[in-house]
Amino acid sequence: MDTNSSHVLVVNGLTKRIGKREIVRDINFAVGQGEIYGFLGPNGAGKTTTIRMLVGLIRPTQGRIQIAGYDLSKQFLQAIRHVGCIVENPELYPYLTGRENLELFARMAEGITQQRITEVVQLVELEDRIDDRVRTYSLGMRQRLGIAQALLSRPQLLILDEPTNGLDPAGIREMRQFIYRLAREESISVFISSHILHEVQLLCDRVAIIHQGRVVKTGQVHQLLAGEPPVIWQLSPTEKAINLLKSLPDVTNVELLEDGQLRTHLPQNKIANVNHRLNQAGIQVTSIQQKKPTLEDIFLQMTEGGPLE
Amino acid sequence: MSNFIGLLYNELLKMVRKRRILVILLILSILIPIFTYAQYRTVQTNIQNLGTSDWKTLVQQQIVDNQNRLSSSRIPEEWRELIKINIQQQQYYLDHDINPTSPGAPTFIRKFVEQAISLFMPLLIVVVAADIVSAEHTGGTIKLLLTRPIRRWKILLAKYLSLTLLVSFIVIATALLGYLFSGLVFGYSGWDMPVLTGFETQNDELITNGVHLVPQWKYILMSYGLAWFTCIAVATLSLMVSVLVRSTAASMGIMLAAIVAGNLLTQLSPTWTTIKYFVFTNLSLTNYLSGTPMMIEGMTLPFSLTVLTVWSLVSLFIAFAVFIRKDVLA
Ligand SMILES: Nc1ncnc2c1ncn2[C@@H]1O[C@H](COP(=O)(O)OP(=O)(O)OP(=O)(O)O)[C@@H](O)[C@H]1O
Ligand SMILES: [Mg+2]
Repeated sequence: MDTNSSHVLVVNGLTKRIGKREIVRDINFAVGQGEIYGFLGPNGAGKTTTIRMLVGLIRPTQGRIQIAGYDLSKQFLQAIRHVGCIVENPELYPYLTGRENLELFARMAEGITQQRITEVVQLVELEDRIDDRVRTYSLGMRQRLGIAQALLSRPQLLILDEPTNGLDPAGIREMRQFIYRLAREESISVFISSHILHEVQLLCDRVAIIHQGRVVKTGQVHQLLAGEPPVIWQLSPTEKAINLLKSLPDVTNVELLEDGQLRTHLPQNKIANVNHRLNQAGIQVTSIQQKKPTLEDIFLQMTEGGPLE
Repeated sequence: MSNFIGLLYNELLKMVRKRRILVILLILSILIPIFTYAQYRTVQTNIQNLGTSDWKTLVQQQIVDNQNRLSSSRIPEEWRELIKINIQQQQYYLDHDINPTSPGAPTFIRKFVEQAISLFMPLLIVVVAADIVSAEHTGGTIKLLLTRPIRRWKILLAKYLSLTLLVSFIVIATALLGYLFSGLVFGYSGWDMPVLTGFETQNDELITNGVHLVPQWKYILMSYGLAWFTCIAVATLSLMVSVLVRSTAASMGIMLAAIVAGNLLTQLSPTWTTIKYFVFTNLSLTNYLSGTPMMIEGMTLPFSLTVLTVWSLVSLFIAFAVFIRKDVLA
């Protein structure tokens, strides 16, 4: 693994055993300066467990974590100083106001001025409600306050565990743009876990895919998650359509699904063309869908011809 | 250092804003008037039973009786001392116009702490102390607390110190509110009234050689000091339970059960002497001042202080050792 100094976070051979269970096993990756790094895996894959190790909440059974060049277990204070994080839900003190929460965490680090607090509040656009109790905040506002808290001490590395969980589509988009801006404008590295492939595709530069506690793949997002998504057709009569589609040069992998729909692979710019041919042949097309590949599809694709290893 | 003061400030802020202190003051403000009324009823009944509201003649009669006993030669020497002290005390009542059956607010708070030290005050302490760490787990805020550039032991130390401050506040508030409320009924005087103390027990017998009179204010200072010690011990044990148990309800339940068990055991089984090493059978330190005989053989003030101290130190050690190493899993 490359332990070049341009890496803000380097993880080597990270393993966590609880009782007899290995929850996370031999994880390796490195996050570069200003990079948005996705940590993609289905529920129960071990994302949160890994993140808890990254921020020092639990001790790794084996392995090493380096943050900004400091070893997390040996130089905890120096290492954690460069980290801002939200682990799972953005939980702050509900009986304090947003500002009181921020002031409380400011007292736990050095050199955070009142001005910095105002700055982060503006950054997350919470000026209107910052003096209300957190009890009265919506989930989206809590999430933003959580991020404000994480940004207080100007960290080099932001660690976020499924930050879009529970947000509505507008909130998700906003969050995505916000994280993107942080990385590009302030050159903060962001390590972000998610179980939604689409989200990682839209936001991240690189990704590590974790499954059952093991990282099965790391790499550039556009390489790893590329490929044309399949197109799903609803049409009748089906038999005639299958024969026709199979004879067309652009169409591959024609497959009859259980519910009578057809799944095909074809370039996006040929969809209209193929639709026209079907119509000409007297086949009635009632719906065309371009299906986004799910995490499962990717896993299936990756493990074709063998078990995950 | 400035960093640590910040941590302490944070903990105190949480206590105040969680309204725990308000709840304690509310409980005290409701219960103390009730206890005052109960005490008032007792006084009224006493006056009725005596058949006269003229207490001065009664006290004068008691002094004469005591003097008669003194002049009799069959009385053992150490009793004579005690009787003399009794006469002194009764004379004081007459000279200063204090009705011993209807005392003022200082007497009320002296008697109140003697009753409250074994159960009522420990329960108040548990209410504020049992969730001091577990609430951070329940609320999920422990994840933020422990991912700051601060050593874990400092965070727990700030919590413990803020807890001792809160305990001191509760002990003082109990005395002050008791004085204010009961004074409305009984009057506010009586600080200089002489009170008997200096009892010792040896081989199951009350030794009265050291018995003497102290002004009541001194006695009150001593008994509230002992109550403070008891409360600190209870708070320290609560801290440990709060570290060990993740749920606030569970840690409160455990502490309440243990305190009630300590109270019950002393009364149910005074012959089972091993229980004197159990921390919650040693809470009633004021009994040593007032000479109330302890139920279990071999218990003295130094013994009880030692038991409380040892238990506190051990739980403090466990609390810190566990808090520093524990994985924060959920
Ligand atoms: N304290 C624990 N003891 C035993 N097993 C645990 C413990 N905590 C988590 N696990 C197990 O570890 C695995 C990984 O859990 P983790 O919370 O890291 O998953 P995740 O990837 O964050 O999932 P999600 O997307 O649902 O948040 C799960 O199978 C979980 O059951
Ligand atoms: Mg998770």
